[in-house]
This record gives sequence, C-alpha cells and structure tokens, in this order.
Amino acid sequence: MSVISVTKLNKHFNENHALKDISLEVQQGEMVALLGPSGSGKSTLLRHLNGLVCADKSQAGLSQVKVLGNRVQQDGRFSPQVRASRGQTGYIFQQFNLVNRLSVLDNVLIGALNATPLWRSLTGRFSLNQKRQALAALDRVGLADFAQQRVSNLSGGQQQRVAIARALMQQAKIILADEPIASLDPESSRIVMEILQGINQQEGIAVVVTLHQVDYARRYCPRIVALKQGEIFFDGASEQLDQVTLDALYGSKPQAPHSVPQLWAKTA
Amino acid sequence: MKIVNDAGNMLELGADFFPPDFTDIRYYLEEMLITLHIALWGTLFAIILSVPLGLMCAENMVPAWIYQPTRRLMDAARAINEMVFAMLFVVTVGLGPFAGVMALFIHTTGVLAKLFSEAVEAIDPGQVEGVRATGANKLEEIVYGVIPQVLPLWISFSLYRFESNVRSATVVGMVGAGGIGVILWESIRGFMFPQTCAVMLIIIVTVSLLDFGSQRIRKHFI
Ligand SMILES: Nc1ncnc2c1ncn2[C@@H]1O[C@H](COP(=O)(O)OP(=O)(O)OP(=O)(O)O)[C@@H](O)[C@H]1O
Ligand SMILES: [Mg+2]
Repeated sequence: MSVISVTKLNKHFNENHALKDISLEVQQGEMVALLGPSGSGKSTLLRHLNGLVCADKSQAGLSQVKVLGNRVQQDGRFSPQVRASRGQTGYIFQQFNLVNRLSVLDNVLIGALNATPLWRSLTGRFSLNQKRQALAALDRVGLADFAQQRVSNLSGGQQQRVAIARALMQQAKIILADEPIASLDPESSRIVMEILQGINQQEGIAVVVTLHQVDYARRYCPRIVALKQGEIFFDGASEQLDQVTLDALYGSKPQAPHSVPQLWAKTA
Repeated sequence: MKIVNDAGNMLELGADFFPPDFTDIRYYLEEMLITLHIALWGTLFAIILSVPLGLMCAENMVPAWIYQPTRRLMDAARAINEMVFAMLFVVTVGLGPFAGVMALFIHTTGVLAKLFSEAVEAIDPGQVEGVRATGANKLEEIVYGVIPQVLPLWISFSLYRFESNVRSATVVGMVGAGGIGVILWESIRGFMFPQTCAVMLIIIVTVSLLDFGSQRIRKHFI
C-alpha cells in the first residue's frame, strides 16, 4: 500500500522554481533517504507532504499530495483534511522545534492535541491514559527520567529524541524527518538514526528522512531518492547509487577521500 | 525680583505643611485602599482584554485586515491620557471609583495590548510550527506554542503597569473619580496643608512599598 503519493507537484518561490513536476510513491514500511545538495528542494518537498506549504495552483486534478490515503493538498489548495493528516504524520525538524519553556512531558503531550477534544486540550486536561502513553514514548527514546525537566535544559540529541517521542505520542503512521541529525554530534546522530530505524522496523512505519551525509543514508535506508535543482535525479536501492551518480548529484568535483568514511563498509 | 519673592512664598508654604496632621488617618487609609482597588481592577480588566487584543495586533498572528484596525483602536486608547478618560467618565457615569476604574482600564488596555503584541511578534516561529505540524488547530497553536514563549514578558509588563496605575489612580481621584485623590484635592483646595501633607506621605509610602514588591516579583519572572 502506498502511504505517500505525490503527483506532478510544482512549487515556485517568486521566480525560483523550487520543485519541478515531482511525482513520488512511498510504500508502507519503507525507510527512504532524501538526498541532494543544499537548495535542491528537500525541505520544501517534505513540508508539502505535511501541508506546511501549499504548492502552485494547477489545472483541476493535475497535481496532488496524498498521505495515508487522505488528500493533503490538491492543485495548490489545502484539503479540509489537512489537520487530520498532519495528526497522523510525525514531523522532525533539524532545529527540533520544541516549545522551550515547557517541560519534556508537556512537549510530548502536544503530540496528543489532534486527538483530544478542544475543551480538554485548551485547559491542559490530558487524561491519565495519555500521560501514561507520553511516559511510555519517553521511555522508548530513553528519556523517561527527564519528563519533568525543561526542554531548554536538554542537549541537542536529547531534544531530538523528545521530538521523536512527540511523534510516537501522535501514533503517527509515517514519520518525516528533515535533517534530524544535521546539528548533532556523531554519537547522538547514531542514537537518533537507530531510534528511527527501530520504529520503522518494529512498527512498520514509513520513514522519509533528509540527510546530508551519504554514508548515513546508505547505512540506514534501503531506498534513496535524490533531488537536484528541484527535480528527482535518482530513485532506487541505495546500493545502486554509485560514485559516478553521486559526483553528478553533488557537482562534478570528485569527492575528497576523507569524505568517504569507513561507515560505507558496514552497509551490507 | 519676582522669583525671589515667589521662592520666599514657597518656603513659607512649605513650612505650613509641617507637622503633618494624622487625626483622620483611618479615613485616609480607607480611601487609599479604594485607590488601590481602582488600580487593581482597572489593570486586571485591561490584562484580560489585552490577551486577545494583543494577539489581534500582532502581524504574525492575524491578517492585515484584522491587525490594522485593532492597532488603530489601541493607538487611540493609548493616546488619550487617563485624566481625560476620568473626566469623561465622571460626567457620564457620575462621581466615584467606577469612573476611575473605567478610565484606567481603557488607557491601560491600549498600552498593554501594544506591549503584548510586540512580545508576540518577537517569538520563535519554529516552536509554533512544531505544534502546528502535529495537527493542532490555531487555538492550540496559541495556547501551546505562543503563550509559553511570551508569558514571562506579559507578566512583567502587567506588573509594571499595575505599579504605574497605582500612581495614576491617585491622580484620577482628583477629578472626582474616587479614592484618596478626592481627599487630596479637597484638602489642597481648603488650604488644609498639614492634612495634605499626611495624605501625601501615605501615598508615598504605599506606592514605594508596592513598587518594591512588584519589582521583586518581576525579577523573578525574567
Ligand atoms: N520560504 C521560502 N521562501 C523563498 N524561497 C524559499 C523558501 N523556502 C525555500 N526556498 C527556496 O527553495 C529552494 C529549495 O530550498 P530547500 O530549503 O527546500 O532546499 P534543501 O534541499 O532543503 O536545502 P538544505 O540542504 O540547505 O536544507 C531554495 O532555492 C530556497 O532558496
Ligand atoms: Mg533543508
């Protein structure tokens, strides 16, 4: 079953054609890396999938984004179901985007807002069951002891794990992660990628993750989609992405030896 | 020469104030309490109304057709001094503390809505987007993404406004809007300088105590 389905998506920022006729399918249970040089449109594409940005207007029925069978946007208009769709989609940001002055637990509970009646959510009356779920989500990412801490006291790697716990709280069916490890040290990066991989393999939740390091993509993601200047430049199994394609993707200059770490050896 | 003469008069006048006459202290204190009430209720109503109005003045929260008219309305409420509002309300609702509360309420709403909206315009949009991305609606975005970011500033502004409203409340009393200002004005007009001095001392002590207390609370929040 196709959990993400993008048809003929175009996006202009003024004169800048950031996404060009993008069509993409992601199946249930896949873990996909989205690669591409800076400015190639990776973040823009992910933001379209969650209905955070609206595509260009188009002819009726021409372009659309569907997630989990629900329409997110069509022909440059948000569908009425866009919030319901966001509710089922976990979104991880490079800068974490947690609410700094709230506790870790409250940040995880934000993941329950979509499924909570308005009078409860606005007065902060989450049920005992929801609080248990939130603690379980924190336990899953190894942060159960931090529930009452303020988010701003946590390290970057820990904050990113809180963001993942928030997605778990949403009971998300897919996870979109926009450079989740770009501001983390190698050890935290490994932990975060392994948590995402664990969620993908145990729950069968599809994960789309944009990455800058090719070695991480090869190591954790069986499928790689590469964007170049707003177009899909490569889409296939990660073993098929060879050095020639990579050089063409990131510009013709050959990669310096030190940028090809041994991690590659472990991909099998 | 005139100035020297006037200065001499001033000294004589100053001497007339001492010693202060505290015979009616109970009455003074009761009226001081009414003044505090005027300041408290005027500020409190203003805070409650400034929360929605402050959000409606912020350009990162609402479209221009909402924030432009709301801002102009708040500009007007702020531009007109409390004293002017007090005189207007004394004429329309009559002498007494209610006129004072209304005067402070309207002017303070104009001030606080502006300060609140400036705090809202300075928030980190990423934190709000994080809430939006979970499927939260607009109200939930505000409660969970915006308010936590601005709350410390909002509290600090509100306390600061309360301090200055205690001072203003004594003045609006002088045009008949209730509280200790009424006694102050009557004793000045009746040339009862020792009583005037007592009332002024009570005002000075009360305002200083409140300023001190409120400053300490404000420090705690920033
Ligand atoms: N809100 C915006 N307003 C104007 N232009 C934008 C906006 N967001 C993205 N762009 C433009 O769209 C293009 C694609 O940007 P995008 O952020 O999607 O790239 P990216 O692949 O995520 O890059 P990076 O690896 O640096 O994050 C860029 O040319 C960028 O300048
Ligand atoms: Mg990006």
